[in-house]
Amino acid sequence: MNWIRNAAIGLTVAICASTPSFSNEIGNAADGEKLWGECKSCHAIGKDAKNRVGPHLNGIFGRRAGSEEGFNYSKGLARMGKDGLIWEFDLLDRYIENPKAFASDTRMSYRGLKDEQKRADLLAFLRRYSDNPGDIPEAAPTVAGTDHDVDPSILAIQGDPEYGEYLSSECTSCHQLTGDNDGIPGIIGWPAEDFVIAMHAYKDKYRPHPVMQMMAGRLSNDEIAALAAYFEAVEP
Amino acid sequence: MKINRRLFMGGAAAGAAATTLAAPMVHAAGHGKPKVVVVGGGAGGATAARYIAKDSKGEIEVTLVEPSRSYYTCFFSNLYMAGFRELGSIAHSYGKLASDYGINVVHDWAIGIDREARTVSLAGGATLNYDRLVLSPGIDFVDGAVDGWDVTHQNAMPHAYKAGSQSELLKAQVEAMPEGGTFAMVAPPNPFRCPPGPYERISMIAHILKEKNPTAKIIIADPKEKFSKMGLFQDGWSRHYDGMIDWIGGDFGGGNVSVNPHDMTVTIDGEVTKVDVCNVIPAMKAGKICDMAGITEGNWAPVNPHTMQSRVDENIHVLGDASSQGDMPKSGFAANSQAKVAAMAVRSALTGSKLFPAKFTNTCWSLINDNDGVKVGASYEATDEKIAKVDGFISQVGEDAELRQATYEESVGWYAGITSDMFG
Repeated sequence: MNWIRNAAIGLTVAICASTPSFSNEIGNAADGEKLWGECKSCHAIGKDAKNRVGPHLNGIFGRRAGSEEGFNYSKGLARMGKDGLIWEFDLLDRYIENPKAFASDTRMSYRGLKDEQKRADLLAFLRRYSDNPGDIPEAAPTVAGTDHDVDPSILAIQGDPEYGEYLSSECTSCHQLTGDNDGIPGIIGWPAEDFVIAMHAYKDKYRPHPVMQMMAGRLSNDEIAALAAYFEAVEP
Repeated sequence: MKINRRLFMGGAAAGAAATTLAAPMVHAAGHGKPKVVVVGGGAGGATAARYIAKDSKGEIEVTLVEPSRSYYTCFFSNLYMAGFRELGSIAHSYGKLASDYGINVVHDWAIGIDREARTVSLAGGATLNYDRLVLSPGIDFVDGAVDGWDVTHQNAMPHAYKAGSQSELLKAQVEAMPEGGTFAMVAPPNPFRCPPGPYERISMIAHILKEKNPTAKIIIADPKEKFSKMGLFQDGWSRHYDGMIDWIGGDFGGGNVSVNPHDMTVTIDGEVTKVDVCNVIPAMKAGKICDMAGITEGNWAPVNPHTMQSRVDENIHVLGDASSQGDMPKSGFAANSQAKVAAMAVRSALTGSKLFPAKFTNTCWSLINDNDGVKVGASYEATDEKIAKVDGFISQVGEDAELRQATYEESVGWYAGITSDMFG
């Protein structure tokens, strides 16, 4: 980030430099590529990859288990797919940690990879060959999200009303500050307590709306409180 | 920290406090208030201009450069084509940004950027100084992307991918199709503005044809093997428009296309078809001004995900479709979301306001038929490398009609929300 080198922006530099990257990269894809050497005697990936001893792994993130046409899967994996198993980071991570423990009849004769970091690196490498969310927004995530309830750098800015106002700009892409109630409900002037209860109900997925579950799911308790205080005070 | 500008400008801020106070203002030294120029008044630019002006409470002078006096949103322009919206309802003026937010709205084209001198020159002859420049020019088309088509043919074969007169033209052409006629779309390669956009458009055109011209056919030549919400669209097409739509994907030669606007023919993988309407959506690149500023790599302008600053020039922020940032789709919602992060970063740099961690969100709603709405959305965080997707959701095949209607109504509410977030 060479813009930080501009020492003239003294105060700003101090703040920017302390802004960490909150999300967790899946792993190091370059290191993962080295580990791929072990996999490629059976699996192919990349341009024109075909099924071999194992199925090709293009598009594995977001693929239903046991669903690659023309490949003869074990009954167990095929059934998992019918039951709705879609490969994403956590499941692939468990699978390659110990394949037989995950699917006892799997035909993948691989002892498993115990080292968590190595699994992450390998998965980061594999992720490159699945759909890009920039092109297909529903494609699998590329990083693990921050747990905002435990992130100390976010907790450190709790209760800041300026922060509440900044966070609210995510809400106002849909919810109007006039309090209009058409299609998308108005949220201004709510008692803060009601607001907090509603947001936690989304966060815990008791309330059913997927957009709100996602939005609330990434907010810490303090962030919800800051938003509640901010919106309570907004008048139409 | 609140900065008392009068105190600072008056030179009274000597001593220990002065270094802290003066530092963020350094860019403005010698020419009064810090100046921000925003080029492009769409979902990215209008939002950024409004947020910088609103949140800096007069501390920053904001100029918005946008050639159109009336802005037509691309989002919901497909709904206009199907008759679900009036054209006037997707048109917006910049009046409030000028009157309520004190933004200097200049209706002109930016034709040059001098990054050394930090100036923007306008087609009308004026030159604007900036401390920070926000570029949100949207897309332009890649020359020669579709064999046989260039911009001089956009009347015979409209793109309708910049809303307004092109949308009106395409709608009129569809309505004038002969009975049993053929509509063709040449779909764009990745990445492009609004990933579900071409397929929502197909749905809306099928809706018109089913009502007015039910024996008409739709052909889509697509270089891609897969597109956003593909399962949802294909399910909807078979439920509502069975047998009308023929999608030819990349694995069946859909990318091997040429058009002849004089004969109104489309050649797909060697097979020539006479068509009545042809919607050509060429490959896209960042709005030309990014190239002129020398901040593009390939077709797009790479940015720092924490602040949306250009990787090439820290004094320039690039928003929306023109930027290359990672996992966010090129959408109006995404540009609006990025604009708020950029606005915060610009204020922080120029007035010392707080810089919070960047958060981004996107939702794309699409309409498949009357009251049959679907959506896909995700949340994102900034890593040093890119804006990265952390979570998401998508509508499911088989949802009941009530939920689909609620999703559509939600999109109508969102339209009102985002346009008031952009234009005040």
